[in-house]
Amino acid sequence: MANYGTNEFKGGLKIMLDGDPHSIVSNEFVKPGKGQAFARTRVRNLKTGRVVERTFKSGESVESADVMDTSMQYLYSDGEQWHFMNPETFEQLAADKTAVGEAYLWLMDEAMCEVTLYNGQPLAVTPPNFVEMAIKETDPGLRGDTATGGTKPAYMETGAMVKVPLFIEEGEKIKIDTRNGEYVSRVK
Amino acid sequence: MNWQPTASFGALKKAALLRQTLHAWMHSHGILEVWTPSLSSAANTDPQVESLCLGPQAEALGSRYLHTSPEFAMKRLLCAYPDTDIYQMATVFRAEVQGRYHTSQFNMLEWYRVGMDHKALMRDTESLLAQIWQAFDLPYPEMQHRSYCNEVFQLTGFWPDDLQGSTVRDYFVANGRSFPQALEHDLAACLDLFVDEFIISQFAANHITFLSEYPASQAALARTGVNDDGRCVAERFEVYAGSVELANGFHELADANIQRSRFQGDVQIRKQRNQMPMPVDENLLEALEQGLPACAGIAMGVDRLLMVLGGYSHIGDVLSFTDDNA
Repeated sequence: MANYGTNEFKGGLKIMLDGDPHSIVSNEFVKPGKGQAFARTRVRNLKTGRVVERTFKSGESVESADVMDTSMQYLYSDGEQWHFMNPETFEQLAADKTAVGEAYLWLMDEAMCEVTLYNGQPLAVTPPNFVEMAIKETDPGLRGDTATGGTKPAYMETGAMVKVPLFIEEGEKIKIDTRNGEYVSRVK
Repeated sequence: MNWQPTASFGALKKAALLRQTLHAWMHSHGILEVWTPSLSSAANTDPQVESLCLGPQAEALGSRYLHTSPEFAMKRLLCAYPDTDIYQMATVFRAEVQGRYHTSQFNMLEWYRVGMDHKALMRDTESLLAQIWQAFDLPYPEMQHRSYCNEVFQLTGFWPDDLQGSTVRDYFVANGRSFPQALEHDLAACLDLFVDEFIISQFAANHITFLSEYPASQAALARTGVNDDGRCVAERFEVYAGSVELANGFHELADANIQRSRFQGDVQIRKQRNQMPMPVDENLLEALEQGLPACAGIAMGVDRLLMVLGGYSHIGDVLSFTDDNA
């Protein structure tokens, strides 16, 4: 397994810390003019999602994590596992609840997701940044009310709740930003 | 590749104003501007500072190193002409990782005051900073003085040179901060990280802080002396704007023998750590044997100073071009 020196640290680098795969979120080089240099990093534990600060002495090296992001197509869920397929090799993989996390709210048939694999097993699932979904249930729309800026809850097929403008009707298709779960626009 | 400058035109104008102000202050204080070569046959032996070496094209010259600061050459000038204060603004070079405050080539202002000690040089530096803030039409920041030794003692109950690596580690753990395992047996590095995490990071953002009274173990090229409490301290100081290190000042060590043994210590450490060996500056040692006048000297990062003055968040914002597109 390869090792990375602190001079190779950068955002996105996958490293092993305390037996868990981590991704470097940010790295700041700290160096007193007359002293020891350090790499002060923020790292995300890819299993738990927790972000912590870690400081390394300059020149230390850490083991790389066998983690890779692959683009995979969502197929279906059997209630316990979510199934994905590599569209090039047709290889299929199942991700459990821990790996999928909150992403299930945005998983719809054939959506292309980023699946993070650790030792070949799904570790995390990132849905597309934007998805289009039809509204399953919401209060009746207030026709013509496009100016007041009020919102109301709308529920999707997947169980996701999105705040939408008052004029949006049940059954309409809307575009959602999955990174913050916010309504973006109507889809005509 | 991007050919465009990283600094805005406004930043370039501010840089010009800063240089103009620095030169004017030096001139009005009777400090002589000097120039010394950037390339030298000797290098900086300090294990924490990596000199850049010229490649095989330099064969005709013999190996040549880019200076990491103009210190050695300026000290030789002082040994030769001991009655004059001197200054230099120079681009210096270090094989360093890039960061918000770091780049491989940056601008350094270095000046030496004959007959001054570190305390007088701190007042001198305050006077220069006041002049600069005035030139930039900015309200003069509050100044504060902190003692390295006292700060460490107040936090840990130990004087820095009595601290153990394990005590430092426990302090980090108790405060929920990350402590690199590789550090525990390197007390100097422990202190560097401790001071950065718990002292410097607490300096108020809108203050200029003079941190002085370093432990004797961190004397570098400074003399050691006794402070008002009767403790042995290194006669050096650092200047911070908020938490950003701006300058390093020393009551200069003049003893050629001590200097030689510190160089040899550096060479040994470099060998142990498998770092590139650096040739000792024999010319400097010979000059020191001739005699360095009692003096204090300081090096200031001009680009960082500009970042502070202009409120820039990255050193690239004040450099025409950075390591990425130089």
